Amino acid sequence: MKLKGAFFDFAGCEGDQLQVANLEEDLLELLDLLEVVSFREIMKEHSDEYDIAFVEGSCTRFEDEERLRQIRHNAKLVVALGSCATIGGINSLRNYKSLDEVKDTVYGDRADMISTYEARPIDAVIRVDAYVHGCPIDKAEFLHVVKSLVLGKKPEIPNYPVCVECKKNENICAFERGEFCVGPVTRAGCNSCCINEGTICWGCRGLVDNPNEDAHKEVLETYGLTVDEAINKFRLYFGWQRGGE
Amino acid sequence: MKEDITIAVHYVTRVEGHGNIYVNVKNGTIEKCEWNISEAPRFFEAMVVGRKWNELHHITSRICGICSIGHTLASLKATEAAMGIPVSEQDLRLRKLALHAENMQSHMLHIGYLVLPDLLETGSVLPLVASHPEELKTVIRLHRLANEVSTVVCGRTTHPQRLIPGGVSKVPKMDELTTIKKGLYDAFADLDTLVDLFLQVVDRFPDFSRETEFIALTAPDEYALYDGLIGSTDTESAPVTEYLSYTREYMVPQSTAKWAKHVRESCMVGALARLNKNYEKLSPRAKKVASLFDLKPVCHNPFMNTIAQLVEVVHSVEGSVRLITEIEAAGLDHVPEYNRPEICVKAGRGVGAVEVPRGILFHDYTYDENGVCTASNCVIPTNVNHGNIQRDMEEFVPQLLGKSQKEIELALEMLVRAYDPCISCSTHYLEVEFK
Repeated sequence: MKLKGAFFDFAGCEGDQLQVANLEEDLLELLDLLEVVSFREIMKEHSDEYDIAFVEGSCTRFEDEERLRQIRHNAKLVVALGSCATIGGINSLRNYKSLDEVKDTVYGDRADMISTYEARPIDAVIRVDAYVHGCPIDKAEFLHVVKSLVLGKKPEIPNYPVCVECKKNENICAFERGEFCVGPVTRAGCNSCCINEGTICWGCRGLVDNPNEDAHKEVLETYGLTVDEAINKFRLYFGWQRGGE
Repeated sequence: MKEDITIAVHYVTRVEGHGNIYVNVKNGTIEKCEWNISEAPRFFEAMVVGRKWNELHHITSRICGICSIGHTLASLKATEAAMGIPVSEQDLRLRKLALHAENMQSHMLHIGYLVLPDLLETGSVLPLVASHPEELKTVIRLHRLANEVSTVVCGRTTHPQRLIPGGVSKVPKMDELTTIKKGLYDAFADLDTLVDLFLQVVDRFPDFSRETEFIALTAPDEYALYDGLIGSTDTESAPVTEYLSYTREYMVPQSTAKWAKHVRESCMVGALARLNKNYEKLSPRAKKVASLFDLKPVCHNPFMNTIAQLVEVVHSVEGSVRLITEIEAAGLDHVPEYNRPEICVKAGRGVGAVEVPRGILFHDYTYDENGVCTASNCVIPTNVNHGNIQRDMEEFVPQLLGKSQKEIELALEMLVRAYDPCISCSTHYLEVEFK
């Protein structure tokens, strides 16, 4: 019997669920693997009986926690979809400011009405079985994770830095170009897509499990870049992973 | 017999983000009629303060996954306006092409995946795999084509990489552009199929109109998407720097809502607003499609927004072909690898406006002399439309009394869907209480 899948979203841009729609014809292949029983963004029907829950977005409110726990309770497997869910993502950028400050900036004298706390990945609240990293997620990697889970296997996710892929792609190193790049500590699996397009690695897939930050510091010294610059870039996506440092 | 009706749609489905509909009718009297938003707050305007000029487009792109190209462009235009950064003719064409691609992608998602199931009386697009396979494949092909155009221009479809302050980091190859141009030509047949399908079912949209104000960018020489003045169906046009007077934010009692209005109680932005304001500038094929649906300015039926989107898809396919032809004629100037246009960083304030699929979008940034952002404001089209959805519901519900609860519920969901709301775009937390 086909496994049942359900999609949920919290604080995020829904760009990861969009990548599921962007599978285009391959979407039909996904539907062969999985019976989708809940996906608010595209369907009216809803069921609480599902095997795999895909969760996009960060947890940013106390009231989100209860909904997350219910999803965990209903599902056999929980998959975090995209940076906001896997590592807190760009949402955690605001954790460097006081809650009062961010609320006042956006809502002024109505700030007291706003319920929020520090943005966090969903595994800060519930157990997560698999991660699809990236901002947005990579469609092929998403399919790989789904296929692995359906077959009862552990998905293979790289645990080496983006630099490995970037070198294979024969890019000119961002540091050599005088720019700061977080590729040396960021988990690969994106095929260094941003650098290939002429920019830098911003760190959306999060830190590798044992990032060699000392080596990164040496790189900074070699290229005459400041630690401030490094910290600033680390804050874009690594805020939660680095505990607000 | 006086009726009692209780409608509570907790999370309207097939829209982007979380919104609810509450209606209570007792003894035939409407006691409550409410469009309520329960999306988590996101705080982008606070997040960008303290960040540098060359990061803001990357951060604010994340406001919305569906219109990330539009947010990137509004952001870049604000930064470029603040520092007086010029953009070349070629880069302008590439940016306009990217905007067409996103318009097509987002509209196809809405038309084909979100609205079509209502018209074919199913709960989602999934049953169409079996019941309408050819129609669905047509939708998928057009959606994929839009994404292919984005990929060629921006490097990818969502959260683009190549669009940077002052230009692009990488230009597409001419043969890539020529290939997508061929794909765009081939799309006309698919568009004809889609138009025929909608002509068969368009009368399933409720016949409802409520006079309102429409606001959209407007330009003398083209159907304004990338640039223009702020135009209104009620008033004179004004430069985008005057956006605050067109999007006066106000609070609703007992709520955390920021709604926006101009000269009336509410106004509408999006495809229908653009069509109403700029009909004459539509491409020839797009105008023809509009006439098949008898859609002409000023149309006050919000359900026709979906048809206006269909017209705009045709316009964007034709517009993209024209842009590529212009690029082919001008020849492609190749930029250096990892291109970084030279920029003189300085203090200042700039406003950037573009038309994104759901309507006019403003980003407004202030920078210090080091190019660090000290203040920001984003006005999101869906926030402007919330007030209009609420007013439509107030006028629509009395017309629906007498129908079954299920029919009323569906009609109201369809009304919300017609606006194609993008609720997670709303950087402001909204909770609407109507009493």
